[in-house]
Amino acid sequence: MNISSLYVKEGRAINKAKGALIIAESIPGIKFNEIVDVQLSSGEIKTGQAIDISEEATIIQVFGGVSEVDLIGSKVRCKGETLKLPVSIDILGRIFNGMGEPIDGAPLIIPEDYLDINGRPINPASRQPPAEFIETGISAIDGLNALVRGQKLPIFSGSGLPHNRIAAQIIRQAIVKGKEEKFALVFGAIGISYDDASFFIRNLERTGALEKTVAFINTASDPVIERISTPRLALTAAAYLAWKQDMHVLVVLTDMTNYCEALRELSSMREEIPSRRGYPGYMYTDLATMYERAGRIFGKEGSVTIMPILTMPDDDITHPIPDLTGYITEGQIVLSRTLERKGIYPPIDVFLSLSRMMKEGIGPGKTREDHNNVFMQSYAAYSEGCYLREISTIIGAEALGERDKIYLANADEFEKKFISQGEFEKRKVEDTLDIAWRLFSALPEEDLKLISEKFIKRYLPKYSRKT
Amino acid sequence: MGKIWRISGPLVIADDMKGSQVYEIVEIGDEGLVGEIIGLEGNKAIIQAHEDTLGLKTGEVVRGTGRILSAELGPGLVGSIYDGLQKSLLTLAENTGSFIKRGAKALALSRDKKWQFTPKVKVGDAVSEGDIIGTVPETNLIEHRIMVPVGTKGIVKEIRTGDYTVEEPIARVEHDGEVKELTLMQEWPVRKPRPYKQRLDPSGLLTTGMRILDYMFPLALGGKASIPGGFGTGKTVALQQLARWAQTHLNIYVGCGERGNEMADVLYSFRKLKEPNTGRLLQEKEIFIANTSNMPVVAREASIFVGITMAEYFRDMGYDVLLVADSTSRWAEAMREMGGRLEEMPGEEGFPSYLGSRLSSFYERAGMVECLGSPERKGSVTVAGAVSPPGADFSEPVTQNTIRIIDALYALDVSLANKRHFPAISWLTSYSLYVDAVKDWWEKVDPGWDNTRATALRILQQEAELEEIVRLVGPEALPEDDKLLLLTARMIREDFLQQSAYHEVDTYCVPAKAGLMLKTIIKFYELAQDMLSSGAGIEEVRSSPIVYRISRMKEIPNDTFEQKAKELWSEMEKGLVARKGGIS
Repeated sequence: MNISSLYVKEGRAINKAKGALIIAESIPGIKFNEIVDVQLSSGEIKTGQAIDISEEATIIQVFGGVSEVDLIGSKVRCKGETLKLPVSIDILGRIFNGMGEPIDGAPLIIPEDYLDINGRPINPASRQPPAEFIETGISAIDGLNALVRGQKLPIFSGSGLPHNRIAAQIIRQAIVKGKEEKFALVFGAIGISYDDASFFIRNLERTGALEKTVAFINTASDPVIERISTPRLALTAAAYLAWKQDMHVLVVLTDMTNYCEALRELSSMREEIPSRRGYPGYMYTDLATMYERAGRIFGKEGSVTIMPILTMPDDDITHPIPDLTGYITEGQIVLSRTLERKGIYPPIDVFLSLSRMMKEGIGPGKTREDHNNVFMQSYAAYSEGCYLREISTIIGAEALGERDKIYLANADEFEKKFISQGEFEKRKVEDTLDIAWRLFSALPEEDLKLISEKFIKRYLPKYSRKT
Repeated sequence: MGKIWRISGPLVIADDMKGSQVYEIVEIGDEGLVGEIIGLEGNKAIIQAHEDTLGLKTGEVVRGTGRILSAELGPGLVGSIYDGLQKSLLTLAENTGSFIKRGAKALALSRDKKWQFTPKVKVGDAVSEGDIIGTVPETNLIEHRIMVPVGTKGIVKEIRTGDYTVEEPIARVEHDGEVKELTLMQEWPVRKPRPYKQRLDPSGLLTTGMRILDYMFPLALGGKASIPGGFGTGKTVALQQLARWAQTHLNIYVGCGERGNEMADVLYSFRKLKEPNTGRLLQEKEIFIANTSNMPVVAREASIFVGITMAEYFRDMGYDVLLVADSTSRWAEAMREMGGRLEEMPGEEGFPSYLGSRLSSFYERAGMVECLGSPERKGSVTVAGAVSPPGADFSEPVTQNTIRIIDALYALDVSLANKRHFPAISWLTSYSLYVDAVKDWWEKVDPGWDNTRATALRILQQEAELEEIVRLVGPEALPEDDKLLLLTARMIREDFLQQSAYHEVDTYCVPAKAGLMLKTIIKFYELAQDMLSSGAGIEEVRSSPIVYRISRMKEIPNDTFEQKAKELWSEMEKGLVARKGGIS
């Protein structure tokens, strides 16, 4: 942020400093929620935010705590401005920190505009329903949980699961298509390790996508408060590229669990009444104001698609972080430790995964006419197979009937052939659907109740080979 | 005129506010953000801001408006899209672009549009509150009945015919020498229920076209229902289906703190979908309120009350109105946030202790009534609200407080949703207390309804019990008649209860077809039982082509279904025959 040269107001009298809060005398002209500087006697500057202002007092939350603040020599300086991001088309190819300052050694950009990082809500009446299929080249996503432009689809993962590799694969395969010129990737790293951040940057460099990327990096060792601003900066950059520069933007935010932890930390420092597991009651709204910046707008060329990645604490999907996220996003891709242990990559749990926008993005003219039927039948067959697998662990596979044995075997095949694929293998959606049809061949034909008869005649290998 | 003294999130305290009243609407700051006074203390007013307070400063002006939060009621409501404060979102989009600018104003009703008014009373008639004085053809599906506002009565001195805007006088009424001008539009404070002559019991089926609702857990006109469910269980789709196909005169869809893309999808699809009986576009009988999750939190509460006030207004015209609210949990969260800012003593999970009474004050406005005024008429408001329990745990306060008020529960089940069984309404935990209220209605459409319904529920209950055994001994170890029961239960689940919202035929199932479908499955069960007792094996039953035919019943269009069902029954009687001389 480089509009900090003009300090307009200064407050000297600090009455109380405790925990993370400073109560100072009222500072005229200070704005609600603005970012302020707290200058210590030593001259060192800490960052804070005005969280409650009145004619009597100003309450400042100091990031990193109030250590070394004294009541005599310390002062609060404010700019009368809320946090803004300088933007221009030159942000592409650049790497910034969690306050929007460049960290790639290149000079500052010459801004075309300063945008409020909180953005403004899209008018629901101006939204265009998302309906354009994005081919990720991953069967478990394209076939069963298709992603569309303007959607917000998170990856729910667990510690040690390959979410970063999957995200990198999606970025590589879905975005770097070549023919699509006006695309951009915005990458927000929130409190992740340096290694994880550099994994993404290297991956982008290798595929040549870095020049179409804007990255905002807040590593685990950076200030906690910047975890709150990092995703907002990323989304502001995305909004600028999509709505001002007509680009199709994919925003990858990782790891949103760190964001929520930071939110909890700041909330408890503010002595707010906690909701479930100590997270603030407004966490739903807070996350929603960010994720809702995804979408498409009538009369505009661009789009914003958001793919946040979060690690579920203890793999618990009912934990407040994945739970509230799931209520906001349009579905979720859930990774499974069981599949991972079986050696299946990508270990996507297709039962817990869901894409709410899928039905709009698939079908004739978008993917293929049989896509929806194949999707439903695959679920039904795999679901039956998994149920039988569960029973057979108790009663033994031998006690199953003939038909049941077919389904049991089919579930294993489905995991090995359909879900599993190479990390650098890019499957066309038609190939994905054909794999499903080959698996259907093993099932009794009259069981394909969810597929219309004309598609069976057209695509089931035993018929399609003849023609 | 006062000035801002303190700001803390959506809580604003203003000084020099003497003379204001509680619940008065104020304009805050240079941008004129909408706020509502929720408390007064000496010269200070405690205000909840309905718009984002980011960047406000102390000392900025606060202007009182002298009015309390009210809804504009009149021609032009139907087909409109409003935010939580009844600002027209289409007008906002025209004036300020695709992003909502705070402080921007947009009236609910157009002041320019002229409506064709036809009077129903004459000069010299005595009229009083609630009387219908004339009509306006608002859309092809809704005749807007202009009523004498509550609190007005007298002798008609003048009544006009022709085209008028909502502000031009259409009549003059004299009472005790005082003359009042009536317009097409009136206002009503949203937190106050509109009056009626008499409250009646909910009766008659609110046909939804969803088999599990209509047949198994019916909702009566004037009833109140709740749909709790974890994320991904299909709350929104279920509510959208209700708003689409419910056979009411008017539907109001309140999107409260939910997804923008889904709202866009609703708006878009209602401009294309047709009402099944009349073939007119659905948006001609629909009002939308869209206060998405990124829009101001406090306005969520307002959005619910604005919605129910509009519903009552159309009820008073003598219409059956359905209001769906997605989701009441988001509204409760807004209350929690405000409560925290006001440093109120929190109740369970941080929600304010008045959570239950606030929820009741909304749900209790549902009901069937005898309307005020003449001609005599009945109207109803039916309410269905979604609840989003954290972690799909129904023991949380919002779900529990809601269940205490409502009479029909549609519990969505995560495991059903994971199996892609939609609508994922659990038949084991859902209930409806309106079974008696709709019994007469059903008897006319489908004689023996309550018997068939009870049989199906019993089979499903037995399946749940057998399921426990199957997990221990495997399906093959069960006796043949239990295997048949499992097969039948599966047919009820998959071929009757499962219903695709996206299949052109299956999306809306008329009650008569639903009844016949279930009867077909029960008939199959009876015939198959005879087969088994005459010595046939379950495999013989399972492999019968009839099973496949039954599974395709859903796709048969409503109008030809009766004929097709007849054919199916005669085939069934021929195909599923007990062996002669069997062991009986």
